[in-house]
Amino acid sequence: MDRGKSRLRSFLLTLGAASALFLSGCSPDYIVLNPAGPVAREEMYLMILSTVLILAVVVPVFALLIFIVWRYRDRPGNPAAYRPEWAESRVLELVWWGIPIAIVGVLGFYTAKTTFALTEPPESNVQPLTIQVTSLDWKWLFMYPDKGIATVNYCEIPTGVPVQFELTADAPMNSFWVPQLGGQEYTMPGMAMRLWLQADQPGTYYGHGANFTGEGFAHMSFDVVAKSPSEFAQWVNQIKTSSSGLTLAGYQELKKPGVMGTVSYSSYPPGLFEDTVWVNGGRYFPDMMHMDRQANGGAGAAPGDPNAMCSPPMR
Amino acid sequence: MLEALRNFADTYLMWHEGPLIWGSDALILLTVIGIVAVLTYFKKWGWLWREWLTTVDHKKIGIMYMIAALLMLFRGGVDAELMRTQLAFPGNHFLDAEHYNQIFTTHGTIMILFMAMPFIFALFNIVVPLQIGARDVAFPFLNAVSFWLFFFGALLFNISFVFGGSPDAGWVSYPPLSELEFDPGPGENYYLLGIQISGIGSIATGINFLATILKMRAPGMTLMRMPLFTWSVLAASIMIIFAFPALTVALALLLLDRIAGTHFFTMLHGGNPTMFVNLFWIWGHPEVYIVVLPAFGAFSEIVATFSRKRIFGYGSMVSSLMLISIISYFVWVHHFFTMGAGPDVNTFFAIASMAVAIPTGVKVFNWLFTMFQGRIRLSLPMLWAIAFVPCFAIGGATGVMLAVAPADYQYHNSYFLIAHFHQTLIGGVVFGMLAGMYYWWPKMFGFKLDERLGRWAFWFFNAGFYVCFMPQYALGFMGMQRRMYVYPADLGWGPLNLVSTIGAYLMGIGFLFIVAQVVYSIRHGERDLTGDPWDGRTLEWSLPSPVPHYNFAAIPTVTDRDMWWVLKNEGRTEDLQPKSADLKPIHMPKNSGAPFLIGVSFFVAGFGFVFNWWLPAVAGLCGVAACLAWRSFQYDDEYSVPVEEVMATEISLGRL
Amino acid sequence: MAVIERELTQPAQHPERESPSHHESGHLPPEYRDHHQSVRIFGFWLFLATDMLLFACLFATYLVLKTHTDGGPAARDLFDVPGFSAETLILLTSSFTGGLATLAMRRGHQKQVLGWLVATMALGLCFLGLEVKEFATDVSAGATMQRSAFLSAFFTLVGTHGAHVSYGILWMFMVLLQVARRGITAVTARKVFIVNLYWHFLDVVWVFIFTVVYLFGVVM
Repeated sequence: MDRGKSRLRSFLLTLGAASALFLSGCSPDYIVLNPAGPVAREEMYLMILSTVLILAVVVPVFALLIFIVWRYRDRPGNPAAYRPEWAESRVLELVWWGIPIAIVGVLGFYTAKTTFALTEPPESNVQPLTIQVTSLDWKWLFMYPDKGIATVNYCEIPTGVPVQFELTADAPMNSFWVPQLGGQEYTMPGMAMRLWLQADQPGTYYGHGANFTGEGFAHMSFDVVAKSPSEFAQWVNQIKTSSSGLTLAGYQELKKPGVMGTVSYSSYPPGLFEDTVWVNGGRYFPDMMHMDRQANGGAGAAPGDPNAMCSPPMR
Repeated sequence: MLEALRNFADTYLMWHEGPLIWGSDALILLTVIGIVAVLTYFKKWGWLWREWLTTVDHKKIGIMYMIAALLMLFRGGVDAELMRTQLAFPGNHFLDAEHYNQIFTTHGTIMILFMAMPFIFALFNIVVPLQIGARDVAFPFLNAVSFWLFFFGALLFNISFVFGGSPDAGWVSYPPLSELEFDPGPGENYYLLGIQISGIGSIATGINFLATILKMRAPGMTLMRMPLFTWSVLAASIMIIFAFPALTVALALLLLDRIAGTHFFTMLHGGNPTMFVNLFWIWGHPEVYIVVLPAFGAFSEIVATFSRKRIFGYGSMVSSLMLISIISYFVWVHHFFTMGAGPDVNTFFAIASMAVAIPTGVKVFNWLFTMFQGRIRLSLPMLWAIAFVPCFAIGGATGVMLAVAPADYQYHNSYFLIAHFHQTLIGGVVFGMLAGMYYWWPKMFGFKLDERLGRWAFWFFNAGFYVCFMPQYALGFMGMQRRMYVYPADLGWGPLNLVSTIGAYLMGIGFLFIVAQVVYSIRHGERDLTGDPWDGRTLEWSLPSPVPHYNFAAIPTVTDRDMWWVLKNEGRTEDLQPKSADLKPIHMPKNSGAPFLIGVSFFVAGFGFVFNWWLPAVAGLCGVAACLAWRSFQYDDEYSVPVEEVMATEISLGRL
Repeated sequence: MAVIERELTQPAQHPERESPSHHESGHLPPEYRDHHQSVRIFGFWLFLATDMLLFACLFATYLVLKTHTDGGPAARDLFDVPGFSAETLILLTSSFTGGLATLAMRRGHQKQVLGWLVATMALGLCFLGLEVKEFATDVSAGATMQRSAFLSAFFTLVGTHGAHVSYGILWMFMVLLQVARRGITAVTARKVFIVNLYWHFLDVVWVFIFTVVYLFGVVM
């Protein structure tokens, strides 16, 4: 009788604690659990699935532990059984080899599925947007190869449009993370990495560098502002007309270590992103360069031109 | 002259940094003067040299490891409290970025390499030869070398704080951030050399204990009769041998980049930083299991002893240990799923990482069923073992969540990750080492640690642990990244951070209770007169506490897995008592000053390399070479303990 | 492989059980007859495993970085076929003479042991001389280890092997002195065996350097 009661009690307690965690997840501060786009949502589903699956092991462990310690504690006249030599049970051991294997099997299946799925753009019939991101000490430079504009420490994106972020670093490696839109990806010198994100609703989404880069790292936050496509187009035009351009000299200035606020540029040296990747070692990863140059449709060296891989880019 | 002195003080002693440094300098100076004064006043220098600095006795080396580990736990703990104080409130200005970065770097490095590693080595040394019925480890001289390499490596790392500046690129020290270009100070060199020197010692320890376990067991002790702690040491030693060379190479190449101007991991001239990341984690992930498996081993001994029952599923326990050590080599990429490996690579490493949970889960259930239908005594070692189960269950479960590669894109480098690995490393390693310390303390010193103060320590530390780290999971979901020294108020991170800080303070109080407990117990702790205070099961409990320097007067013949328990049950304990007719002279290794001098030489060399001062660097290396050459020509390195002395000792212990 | 097997299947004996005149270990080679010495040989095999992994990591680094020449000299421009062929031939021969030293030790011929050890050391010194010359030529042509990641990796991998060889020569010299002074005892037999084990190991590593670094370097 006691046995059943205590087991039930601990089960309910754990369930309560778990649901409390999820309910609190609805508070707007829990940005990871408040996805604003399909990528973040997909990732959250996996989080929930894995949480449920592991609870299938954790809850019995808690229950068993409480029950066993209480029931078999060493006190005079404890009526519970005592079998000091009982140390083997093939059936029991099969159970707890089997259950974790089954859980890992299920979780592994969904992990594989999602891992492959997330390398593709979110399903959409809209033309995707590409934004090239360079992490610097200690600021973020966003470049819009299709629009020719650039921003620092914030970027704007149209809602409902898959955005391909191409990431690199011209400084120690950082990590680009906008929790409400989706998981992070490292920005690394000499590499161009791709991260698909998409915002469903307009809003301002918190982003931050997630890999330590030294003194100013704590101040490397940026906002991703999602707007309806028409408002976005308006914003682009406004930057083009009202801001000044980023020159190569300006970029060298920008590269110097320091913390700064937001800036917008009406233009930037074409191929700046590709050149940065190339100079920092991208030339040794021709495949990656190739992929990105193709994706950019013409920025930098000619796409698909095999010579582009062997010669330094033109300045 | 004065100008030169001021320059020196500013450059190397960092006197411009103000009271914090001045205070530390004064404190260190006073401590050194105090120690020297006490040793001189009580005429203890000779004793220190003969009994400790030159010892090759595995039990004494183990004790020195343990003292060092506790000191480092203190240092790393102070770092932790400083960090938590800084993070208690948004926009806090208790520490600036530079200091915060140094502190989290030293905290991580010290806790893993200079606290967890010596703590497991302490138990290796104290327990393994006694459990397998050996007189010492396979290579006692090498064992002493290992200790002094660790000691002087740790010392080198720690003096960075007051001489030249601490490392500040994180304990993983990824280039290019850790390259000269972005990190010109000597701190990073200290990191590389301190770990390198102690790492060489760790490799030697791995070799030593693998040879000890495979070659030095008492007759009759087949592999499947070995106690589980010894099995866990076997697994950990194999992993040390296979993992540490990768660290050696990673550190050496980064050091070459910094002092010889090479381009392994630099941004320009063809360097490839990700190569360092790979090498580091090829060591780094097995390292996690290197420190946690011995804790598992200790729990296995403790749970069986305090449940008065055989360990459940011994075969599964052994195979799960070995399985974990194998799988641990196929998971390293999960530390950087988000560095752009392809989906196929990520999937492989994700599933391999989840698979680690299978043998680990099996172990948890086997521990539970060892307790099932036993008789559970809640003494201090068992309390920590029981507290370990739920803590590690959550830590392991969140580990499985992190292994889900796409979800890891959201957890990576966030406080969710911080909470996870603290839960496994504190809940697993620290709980395990403390449990082991309480358990084997009487064997080391001949008295128990005070139960009442120990319970205070236990509850403060445990309550503090959950108060500190549960909020950090939530902070991860709120998007808080690791290694931020300051955060704004408008993100709502403030309250949970404050709670977490309170928890850290509670853990600190728990640690202080442990200190008080040790101090109090030296005088008032319950003396262990039987040598078997816990009603133990394995060979070490058949010996008196503390154990005579030659361990076993006569080497036992083993016939059962829980040998001592079986003999006690059958009333045949005298089987393991020495008989005067059987006694023979015992060959023991001689003490040697060379290991200590090798350590000193490495220290001098390392110090020279830190500042690119070639004279001490070369002198130190020559010192090492001289010691090794001397050792090569030393043939007379053993002595014989005469039968009369063995007899006299055994009679005085009431065993003859 | 057979040696490893012997190591692992050898029963866990305790030193206490073994008297110097153990009857059944008579068929074991001299370096294995004393339990203490055989444990040391086993320990040395474990050390070689760690050293092998160290070289494996250096090889991996080299393979990752070998195209990263930063516009500087590449493998093809640098490697001198007669030079590295001579180095290889000399080191292989030294491994053979080292093996002869071990065999002489097993037969108990002290003079022969000394002779073969001297020959091995002399060949080792020739090898080192050629390597130093090769490095000096490279450096004078501007191919320093600071020039590019490829050269950093090349000099570090080959240089680490060279440092091992230098250390091996010094070590062998000390073993030589001990054999000269003490003759072939259980301890010196073990030392001769181990130092040659080390020497053979360096030979194996060189075979990989020869193939992976030099041959692939000039061919590809």
